[in-house]
Amino acid sequence: MTNPTYTALLQLAVSGLLLCAVLVVWRRELRALVRLLAVQGLALAAIPAIRGWHTRDWTLLAVAVGVGALRSAALPSLLRRVLRDAGEARETEPLVNTTASMLAMAALTVLAYAVARPVVALDPTPATRATPAALAVILTGIFVLISRRRALSQVIGFLLMDNGIAAVAFLTTAGVPLVVELGASLDLLFVVLVLQVLAGRLRLAFGTADLDELRELHD
Amino acid sequence: MRSLPVLALAAPLLAALVVAAVGWRRAGIAASLAAPVAILGSGLSLTSGVRDGMARIGPLRADALAVVMLVVIGSVGLLATAASVGYLRREQDAGHLQPRQARRYGVLVDLFLAAMTLAVLADNLGVMWVAIEATTVLTAFLVGHHHTRAALEATWKYVIICSVGIALAFLGTVLLYFAALHAGPTHDALGFETLLRRAALLDPGVTRLAAVLLLLGYGTKVGLAPFHTWLADAHSQAPAPVSALMSGVLLAVALTSLLRVKAIIDAALGAGFMRVGLLSVGLATLVVAAGLLVAQRDLKRLLAYSSMEQMAFAAIAASATNPLATSAVLLLLMVHGLAKAVMFIGSGHLQQAHRSTTIAAIRGLIARSPVLAAAATIGLCVLVGLPPFGIFAAEIGAARGLADAGLTWPLGIALLFILIAVAALASRGGTILFGEPDVEAPPIQLGRLDLSVLVVGLAGCLLLGLATGPLSQVLASAGRLLAGAA
Repeated sequence: MTNPTYTALLQLAVSGLLLCAVLVVWRRELRALVRLLAVQGLALAAIPAIRGWHTRDWTLLAVAVGVGALRSAALPSLLRRVLRDAGEARETEPLVNTTASMLAMAALTVLAYAVARPVVALDPTPATRATPAALAVILTGIFVLISRRRALSQVIGFLLMDNGIAAVAFLTTAGVPLVVELGASLDLLFVVLVLQVLAGRLRLAFGTADLDELRELHD
Repeated sequence: MRSLPVLALAAPLLAALVVAAVGWRRAGIAASLAAPVAILGSGLSLTSGVRDGMARIGPLRADALAVVMLVVIGSVGLLATAASVGYLRREQDAGHLQPRQARRYGVLVDLFLAAMTLAVLADNLGVMWVAIEATTVLTAFLVGHHHTRAALEATWKYVIICSVGIALAFLGTVLLYFAALHAGPTHDALGFETLLRRAALLDPGVTRLAAVLLLLGYGTKVGLAPFHTWLADAHSQAPAPVSALMSGVLLAVALTSLLRVKAIIDAALGAGFMRVGLLSVGLATLVVAAGLLVAQRDLKRLLAYSSMEQMAFAAIAASATNPLATSAVLLLLMVHGLAKAVMFIGSGHLQQAHRSTTIAAIRGLIARSPVLAAAATIGLCVLVGLPPFGIFAAEIGAARGLADAGLTWPLGIALLFILIAVAALASRGGTILFGEPDVEAPPIQLGRLDLSVLVVGLAGCLLLGLATGPLSQVLASAGRLLAGAA
């Protein structure tokens, strides 16, 4: 693989990552959001795959396969199960409307580029230059998390953020040490499993998984 | 000697296996009680060996800080598991608990202890992160143990907020790793020794970014602002022995993880950067906690906000970055753990009798259970920082450390809000103890084991206030370890 191709492929993968984040902000149907998350998982897995292929690093290629399986198959299928049990199709009443959300997302992307300047300055390789986009995905995830009311939308926001963090890890350092990567992936899987079970119980207790109903505990 | 840290980690894992195999019965309970004893025992036996060095076994390290924290995990863990025996039996007698749920409770508590032990023994920033994150997953179903609406709501908030916080800490870890890789080739870039040794070579811009993320992320688990909102909900909804573990140990483990990170950041950027960060989040948390204590109507939430107040003061004291203040912080964590364990376990007896912990429902304790009232009175005296108990000694040390560092202004503000918190605790405590009891108030029964848990916990608070004995050396060297470089 020549160097320009490597750069182009890397940029393609990161653009895919950011595009999925934009679409998550735009769309309201929960089913579509889960599908977007699966596509984003593939774009994310492409980053270590491209870097691993470029440097002939077989461990990194194996990590790419694992990341792809976890984030584009296992986690989306867990979310689909929540969706099937809940029978809810749409995020009905987000706190922020679509236009304002898109504007917020643009502002967050600019912020991400400003914040990531020291990172790019330390190591101006093609991979590190793409870090601000991954940072924008993280900020978008946090934005989705706090601006939506359905339990499932919040999980999607959390996963969006986590995909962005994993992307930063792969872009800056070609992945954290393997034991940490394994631990982090397992923890993520368990968190989503816990949230899946909780979403089911919340629905049984509250009738809906709309977090506006969660008003019993406050000071 | 070298096998002791391995023992401390293996014992709770084995106990989890035993409980999973035989359930929460005699053998499972015995194993669960043996696990914290093993952790406490290895902590105490290591005190003489690690004064200024450390034992290192593969990916584990037992330095002075780890030893102090093993003692905290072991002692509070022992009180909490011993209290769990009576707590679960009463739940079973009342028909609220299936054997399956008791087994799950036992397994999760043992794994929770194992995760915290790994977090304090880890010799690597990444492994420490994995262990801290695992505590969130393991405690989720413990917080939601009672399947009430309030418990579910608390669990949801707990898992979402802590997962986001700890994810930020992961991003910080990644960025620090990135900076470490660019400081020169090494096979152990995330190891604490390597990071400390090569701290001066870390890129300051990236390290600053990482420091902010690590402070926010681990701060979430400590219950520091702005991500503190999970704490009171989770602490008030969890079963009492789990509240004791979360308040007494988990917050302390998260805070010491933050202190380990701080030592690296200080070595890279100088003490000023983390000082500003810790002072701002610490003071903000203190103000919030004091405000919410004043208006509090629920005993367990009162105790939760008191934990927040103590952790906030610990964060402020740690910002002094001298060995005196830092070892005072560690003493504070030890005594706070024991005192909060006693108070939460006591609140559990009230909760099981009344099915409520609102202060209006449980008042007049002194007329109904003089023993529990006495324990609560002493516990409150410890928490508000009266001599001769350990928190008094710790607060004096922390204040002197802050004054030495020239941080008299933050110290003054902190003391003002601590005074407000103390007044609130004393006034609510007065209502609980001396208020007019309900005519229909149910009786409160304490078994022998329940009673000894309260007595042992309070005796520990007194002992640590009078003399820290062999621990004083370890506390001092842990202080030097965390704050000696700056």
